[in-house]
Amino acid sequence: MSLFVMRGVSKRYGGVRALQDAELVIEAGRIHAVLGENGAGKSTLIKIMAGVVTPDEGSMLLEGRPVSFASPAAAHASGIACIFQELSLIPDLSVADNIAISNPPCRFGLIDRRAQRRMAEDALTRAGAEDIHPSALVKDLSLSRRQMVEIAKALARKPRILILDEATSALTAADVTKIYAVLKRLRAEGLALVYISHRMHEIVELADDCTVFCNGRSVATFAAGTRTDNEVVELMIGREYNAVFPPRTAHVASDSPLLLEVQGLCWTDKLSDICLQLKAGEVIGLGGLDGQGQRELLLALFGVLRGATGEVRIDGRAVAITGPHAAKRGDIGMALIPEDRKTEGLMLPMSVRDNLSFAALGNLSRWGVVNAAAERAAVERIVRLLAVRTDGTDLAAGSLSGGNQQKLVIGKWLLMAPRILLLNDPTRGIDVGTKQEIYQLLRQLAVAGAAILFYSTDYDELVGCCDRVLVMYDGAIKRELVGAQITEHALISNALNIGAQDENAATQRAT
Amino acid sequence: MAEAPAPSDRNASVRRHVDPAIASAFGCIVAVLLIGSLYSSSFLSPDYLLQQLKVASFLGVIATGMMIVILLGQIDLSVPWVVAVGGMMATAATGWGAFGQAIAIPVGIACGVALGLVSGCGVAFLRIPSMVVTLAVNAVAQGLMVVHTGGFSPQDSSSPAMRFLATGDSVLGIPNALLVWAAVGGMAVFLLTRTTFGRAVYAIGNRERAAYLSGARTRLVVMTAFAISGGLSAFGGVLLAGYASKAAQAMGDPYLLPAIAAVVLGGTSILGGRGNYLGTVAGVILITLLQSMLSVMQIEEYGRHVIYGVVIVAMLLIYGRGRRHSD
Amino acid sequence: MTGDWSFWLREHKSTLLAFAGFAVMFSIYAANHPAGLNANVATTAANKGVLLAIVAMAQTLVVLTSGIDLSVGMVMVLANCLASSIVVGSPLMTALGVLGVLLVGCLCGAINGLIVIYGRLQPIVTTIATGSIYYGAALALRRVPGGDVDSTLADALTGQLPGGVPASLGLLLALVLIVWLPFRRSAIGRAAYAIGSSEVAAYMSGVPIRRAKFVAYTLSGLLAAVAGLFLTCITYSGEASAANGSTYTLYSIAAVVLGGVSLFGGSGSAIGAIFGALMFRTIGDLLFVFNVEPLWQPLFQGLVLMAAICLGAARLLRIRNRLDLYG
Repeated sequence: MSLFVMRGVSKRYGGVRALQDAELVIEAGRIHAVLGENGAGKSTLIKIMAGVVTPDEGSMLLEGRPVSFASPAAAHASGIACIFQELSLIPDLSVADNIAISNPPCRFGLIDRRAQRRMAEDALTRAGAEDIHPSALVKDLSLSRRQMVEIAKALARKPRILILDEATSALTAADVTKIYAVLKRLRAEGLALVYISHRMHEIVELADDCTVFCNGRSVATFAAGTRTDNEVVELMIGREYNAVFPPRTAHVASDSPLLLEVQGLCWTDKLSDICLQLKAGEVIGLGGLDGQGQRELLLALFGVLRGATGEVRIDGRAVAITGPHAAKRGDIGMALIPEDRKTEGLMLPMSVRDNLSFAALGNLSRWGVVNAAAERAAVERIVRLLAVRTDGTDLAAGSLSGGNQQKLVIGKWLLMAPRILLLNDPTRGIDVGTKQEIYQLLRQLAVAGAAILFYSTDYDELVGCCDRVLVMYDGAIKRELVGAQITEHALISNALNIGAQDENAATQRAT
Repeated sequence: MAEAPAPSDRNASVRRHVDPAIASAFGCIVAVLLIGSLYSSSFLSPDYLLQQLKVASFLGVIATGMMIVILLGQIDLSVPWVVAVGGMMATAATGWGAFGQAIAIPVGIACGVALGLVSGCGVAFLRIPSMVVTLAVNAVAQGLMVVHTGGFSPQDSSSPAMRFLATGDSVLGIPNALLVWAAVGGMAVFLLTRTTFGRAVYAIGNRERAAYLSGARTRLVVMTAFAISGGLSAFGGVLLAGYASKAAQAMGDPYLLPAIAAVVLGGTSILGGRGNYLGTVAGVILITLLQSMLSVMQIEEYGRHVIYGVVIVAMLLIYGRGRRHSD
Repeated sequence: MTGDWSFWLREHKSTLLAFAGFAVMFSIYAANHPAGLNANVATTAANKGVLLAIVAMAQTLVVLTSGIDLSVGMVMVLANCLASSIVVGSPLMTALGVLGVLLVGCLCGAINGLIVIYGRLQPIVTTIATGSIYYGAALALRRVPGGDVDSTLADALTGQLPGGVPASLGLLLALVLIVWLPFRRSAIGRAAYAIGSSEVAAYMSGVPIRRAKFVAYTLSGLLAAVAGLFLTCITYSGEASAANGSTYTLYSIAAVVLGGVSLFGGSGSAIGAIFGALMFRTIGDLLFVFNVEPLWQPLFQGLVLMAAICLGAARLLRIRNRLDLYG
């Protein structure tokens, strides 16, 4: 008998079907990988399994008995522990408090601190994180350490099923290796593991079984290794996979104006001595492992970081950009598509029109009074240009799909006619169709004379879109790949190699 | 990242439908009018209603400032003593001779704006929660007025202009105070719906991070909003002093909670980002009528307080509820 | 084990700062008091300080869950009026009276909690409305000031213990030991911190959110009732004073902030709030000791409050990524 079975599970949010007739079968002592693009329903499925969300239809069977979870506590009681992407740690409490949060050892009604600490130490060891002090406050820990604590917390409940939702996305390379070992050990101990990821190499490393989700449905289940990578990707996107990137323009003319030049940019310990040049018409990518300063670099250029030193020149003139309001001014003309479109790019409850016109409102108004006709015309122009799928511009931005929301964020900045476009992982969580449209758009903007600098966690994008890629490590640009040098292999190996080389150098210095 | 778009369909179309909150507020106004008329035949008479609107105007001016601050997602607890500052400074200026009489009203408002700017700086630059900053400003304002009046009731009287604005009727028997409220309200509506400032207020109330990253000058907007609130609170105090012909200690105390209640009952979310001035108008009228209805019903004072509180809770339970975690 | 001390310090930093602040102020006060620090002076000062401290403790419990209780002063006033009626007579009657007052306090807190939890209304507007209801109830009990209280009980609580130590400090210590510490160290208390720190994370971690909020609000009502009872013992009467109620509410927020409790919830301690309250009271007494005219005292109190909260904002100077400012 299978340990856990989900059948016919459906869930809608408003007008959107997140899950439709989903199916999943989990066996003890095996790692089951769940694959799919963002928005395919994987996270919703897992939230239903963990009791965070209740399904509209469908049934779940635990060891053959029907179960339903009205809350996370109920799921915990049934032996299901989940490690989410959005961490469930309480920032102001200590590590030990967090690990024992739902079932603390008690004595006379009060929490037994010593027993709790021992419990925490055991859990941390089981998760391979012995170096974390149980009394440390979670808000003082780095993202990677927090993820390890999250894993320890799940393990402390001695679950029978452990779910990991993109659990390695925040980890450093060293921690990732530790986690693989931990997961394999848990599998040997008889735990059932459900592992969500869209990184193929992780699946290859860990999984026994795979289920692919596409558009809210579970489209295929198979043993790991029985399908090729390409077949899997095709299942994930639901059609023939032919990544289409617009052709790169021929080598950018050397007399193209130098729009942006950076010398010696430093900021705390996250950015050290960054030097780069952006010419009009170029599309430059930032590569390297996650968390090496790529995001901080974009924020620093846009004026969001305080205390950044170094020289920034626009059109050859030295400028000091004090904030986004200064960066978007006509003479500088910068725009930033931020990391999280829902909390940084859009005001979701406000209308499509209000969101689109917001950055350029100054240009659409006189003496502070908005010219409604000009605003409407500008908004409609952008909606047509970007083919935003919406029923009118009065709709709340929150009711659009992820891809269309990202188009709104880009459209908002297009109304400013920016010359330098900074993008922070612009196609994350977006369907393939919209991704293609965005690639086309970026290339068009570059041809029209803009300079584009973008950070992406998707190697295919960097390979397909960029004229040059700057690979970063530890806050500095370590290598530059130009044109034909940009291949996925080169990107990965350089990113890891640089890491390994620097770590080796550091170890040698230390000994 | 999990894709779970769309809050409930209610929010899908932002502008077309009538806000249920405003509809409920007006519904309650009608209910209060009907109940009041059962107890007193003159409750529905035009004279009485105009009188009510005049009284409501003072609260209306103050609530306008409060609404702008609440739209930002903040709160202004300095209303009690900024109102008093407005009244007392205006009456004090009146005592400076003819020149003083002419500038009495601007002086009162300017003091309110200054205090509002202090609150605004604290919130915008020092990122201190507005509840705390405005409390401190309230305490400082009280301290200043205690020193100014020597602890006694202020003896200065209001200027003729103040009395004219607050008590006169110039056009068709409509009270001037009501016209003043209408003017203030008109400016507020214009500011909120037709200017970049207003758009930024809603944006900041919805998602300050996104507004900041879009290049809005969030700090300036916040400071200006608090300055406006301070100025309008002080203006309310000026009008009240004109109505009573002089200022009084603690004259602003009865206006803080009703101002907040009026704004919230009118459908403005206390968390910011959502609200319509028409709702605030309805909320102000509702609160004023509710208070008169309770006194017309000859309910003892204690009953009035209880019913007042119960009505607010009841109305909010109808349309002010938050979302469940599992949604 | 050496690392443990640094973690303990980190966790209790704000409380220790509040204690240091209070210690400094009190030493200056004691050193400069014209009559020296004798037992009677200490007792009078302690009584006033402890009254605010208890209300501050009540406010802390709600603030920890990232709520705010604007009705805490009114619950105190209600308890005051009730106590002046029923905490009299034979020892048995007195004891039952005390029990009754405490139960009413719990009931008020529970009502607040239920509306916030099940009604899903924002605490700020809920407690504005319920505060009005509780005030109405207080007024119903005591239309005019009056009543009495059992003198043995009153003397015991407001007098001195052997050795000249004010008895009120003993009451405060008892409340900390019986109410605060057990709450803090229990799973429910920790759940309250979790909710204030991140309600979403708390939900996903299976923390009993509803139960924790309910306990926090109920205990808050209980403590506010204790404060009301204590007030009755000081004044030997009950008075339904709205001014008193709102003053104590606002002062409790100031005390909570001075005591290092974060208004956003999740960090701080009632002990810090106690020191914050004592600090706030001592400021007033300090001004008296330094012969500052009574007229200037409210202003100084306001300025000191302002300075204290601005100091708290100093940590912002260290923030390097402006996005972190816009939560």
